[in-house]
Amino acid sequence: MIDFIGKRYRFFLVSGVLILIGIISLATFKLQPGVDFISGSSITLRFDEPIDQGEMRTALLNLGYDQAIIQKTPDGDYFIRIREISSQEKEGLTAGLEEKFGKVTIRDFYSVSPVIATKTGRDAGIAIIVAAVFILAYIAWAFRRMPRPFRWGTCAIVPLLHDVFIVLTVFSLLGWLLNIEVDALFITGVLAVVGYSINNTIVVFDRIRDNMTRSISKDFASLVNSSILETFTRSLNTSLTTLFVILALYFIGGATIRNFMMVLLVGVVVGTYSASCVAPQLLVVWERGEWGRFFSWLPFGKRKP
Amino acid sequence: MRKDFWILIFILLLFGLALWTITPIDSERFGRHGIQLGLDLRGGSHIVYEADLSKKDPSQSDADAMTGVIQKIERRINEYGVAEPIIQQLGTDRILVQLPGVRDINEAIRLLGQTAELDFRELKLGPDGKPVVNDKGEQEWIVAKAKGSDGQEKELTGKYFKPNAQVVISQQKSEPEVAFEWNSEGAILFKQITERNLQKPLGIFLDGKLISSPTVQAVIEDRGVITGLTIDEAKTLAIQLNSGALDVPLTIIQRSDVDATLGADSLQKSLIAGLIGLALVIVFMIIYYRVPGVIAAIALSIYAVLVLSIFKMLPVVLTLPGMAGFIVSIGMAVDANVLIFERMKEELRAGKTLGAAVDAGFNRAWSAIRDSNITTFIACGVLYWLGGTLGAFMVRGFAVTLFLGVLVSMFTAIMVSRTFLRLLVASHWVTSIRAYGVKR
Repeated sequence: MIDFIGKRYRFFLVSGVLILIGIISLATFKLQPGVDFISGSSITLRFDEPIDQGEMRTALLNLGYDQAIIQKTPDGDYFIRIREISSQEKEGLTAGLEEKFGKVTIRDFYSVSPVIATKTGRDAGIAIIVAAVFILAYIAWAFRRMPRPFRWGTCAIVPLLHDVFIVLTVFSLLGWLLNIEVDALFITGVLAVVGYSINNTIVVFDRIRDNMTRSISKDFASLVNSSILETFTRSLNTSLTTLFVILALYFIGGATIRNFMMVLLVGVVVGTYSASCVAPQLLVVWERGEWGRFFSWLPFGKRKP
Repeated sequence: MRKDFWILIFILLLFGLALWTITPIDSERFGRHGIQLGLDLRGGSHIVYEADLSKKDPSQSDADAMTGVIQKIERRINEYGVAEPIIQQLGTDRILVQLPGVRDINEAIRLLGQTAELDFRELKLGPDGKPVVNDKGEQEWIVAKAKGSDGQEKELTGKYFKPNAQVVISQQKSEPEVAFEWNSEGAILFKQITERNLQKPLGIFLDGKLISSPTVQAVIEDRGVITGLTIDEAKTLAIQLNSGALDVPLTIIQRSDVDATLGADSLQKSLIAGLIGLALVIVFMIIYYRVPGVIAAIALSIYAVLVLSIFKMLPVVLTLPGMAGFIVSIGMAVDANVLIFERMKEELRAGKTLGAAVDAGFNRAWSAIRDSNITTFIACGVLYWLGGTLGAFMVRGFAVTLFLGVLVSMFTAIMVSRTFLRLLVASHWVTSIRAYGVKR
């Protein structure tokens, strides 16, 4: 028997530390914007010899352009989009390609705007917040027979935002350490994490609701704890099956979707954690009116005996 | 039992129909040719437009004019129903548009590049009060003007439409029409103009070309229709009116096909990875849940076929990440099954008979499945709505695929797994509760 509720302050400490790291990391390193979010250069090249798309990708990779978008036209021209380059870099690039593939003609060269407006990231953020408000309202309605239904809604969406924030933190750190960039897929991944996270939390809350209607225990904390234990196998099994697929795609699916799978991987792990170790604990803390303890270590937070 | 039998037949018919729509994958079914693949997997059309910035509104900067045009093109593409396009500004005055697929896109190209400036004109009257006729014997038109709410003279154009124009079929003549509503300013102008043109023709011009000239029958303020169009023209015009006229005229300077951005090997790798992942899920489910695990595996296969069939029929443009998302959703689709089986095991451990445990397992897992899925639907609804209002169409596409995935997974868990399990129990083929993963 694991005492999930008894260890609640340890879980809060873990989450608190992660969020603190996140605040610092996002403030200092932010997120590394990928080629989808920043302006770049487009260049159309014509070669005398036909060239394979795979060879082209390798050649660009060797020249240091690892996030290039490469397209071939039926005439054999290559339309390439890369990070913004100066005319000097452009000469370096063509010289490098000439060395490998023979004569190169530049048909056109432009600076290009980002594929995704920077505001899309912000819009997705707004959408998540608004969705959270609607989810809160629905949960309050679905748990209307429980005492204080809004409390349940709040305790379900706080972990949701917690999960999204931790995914952002991980990617901020990965951007700093390994130069991993966020692209359009990152936004999609974060939205998927929202769906996954709330699902998990609701399953645990549903069990608490069920146990409360059957009033299996008078003590709320122990009732919540047995609810977590009863749903724990389900939480683990669902996460495991999802992880099987994510890991298979991560290791075998090729470089293109690796970062996307990373977002989902972090999201599933954090979502599973918060559903059993954060959301129900918040309910208990609120029920017992223990909020003061969060500040008790502060000099002004001490309660008078 | 009888009811279960009918549901089984329904499931088999549905599965057969879905399977027929997607085999072979590039077959033509109900007018859909194969699954639509995105620019990353199959390539598409590559069009470069050049904007004539000399024609822009002088109060606007070049950059603002270009941003405006790009936003409107994006809106038009989205309303036309082409998903996953690429739209980028090239240099100062060019716009790159890439559309996935190559079939029938001439219409799309025309739709995107047209300025679509709609205005209303009245007959030019000579000093004698009669319409002026030019040397070709045609009547001359001038743009109708009236005093706006601020007392300024304003030209009556499509810019005063509410963005809700739609194609309707007229009752009397059964011809297509574009029905529109004026906004408050447009209503003020239109009222004055119809008043002074009673029983006279009013010309409706698109990009300077007359498309119809109905005779004004009554004073109108709030709404109107545009006639004299084919059904395709009407659809195009409705989309253009709702996205607004382009700020500057565009011309096509380059058009060609482009290959996929990712090689065929990327797709193959992901598919192999997906199959391996799926096999792992099935093996896990069967080892852990035994007989119900086998049923879950069948339910998952039905899930995958149904979703693919819906993707093809809608159609949803499938990109590599979209594909990966779909494969991951298979992992999540197991969830409802896991919930039910766990509940069922609990009931069996509590000493219930198999039949009672199956029913109780479903009934007691239902509230969790319902609430968690409805929450996801709500999130999808918000993302879809905000994705459209904010112009973040990528967010919108995600909402659609997630919604479909969750809906179908709910169907397979509730209908497929449940019916199969009940029939299996009723058939008395497998009666040992060890086969249901419970040790007693």
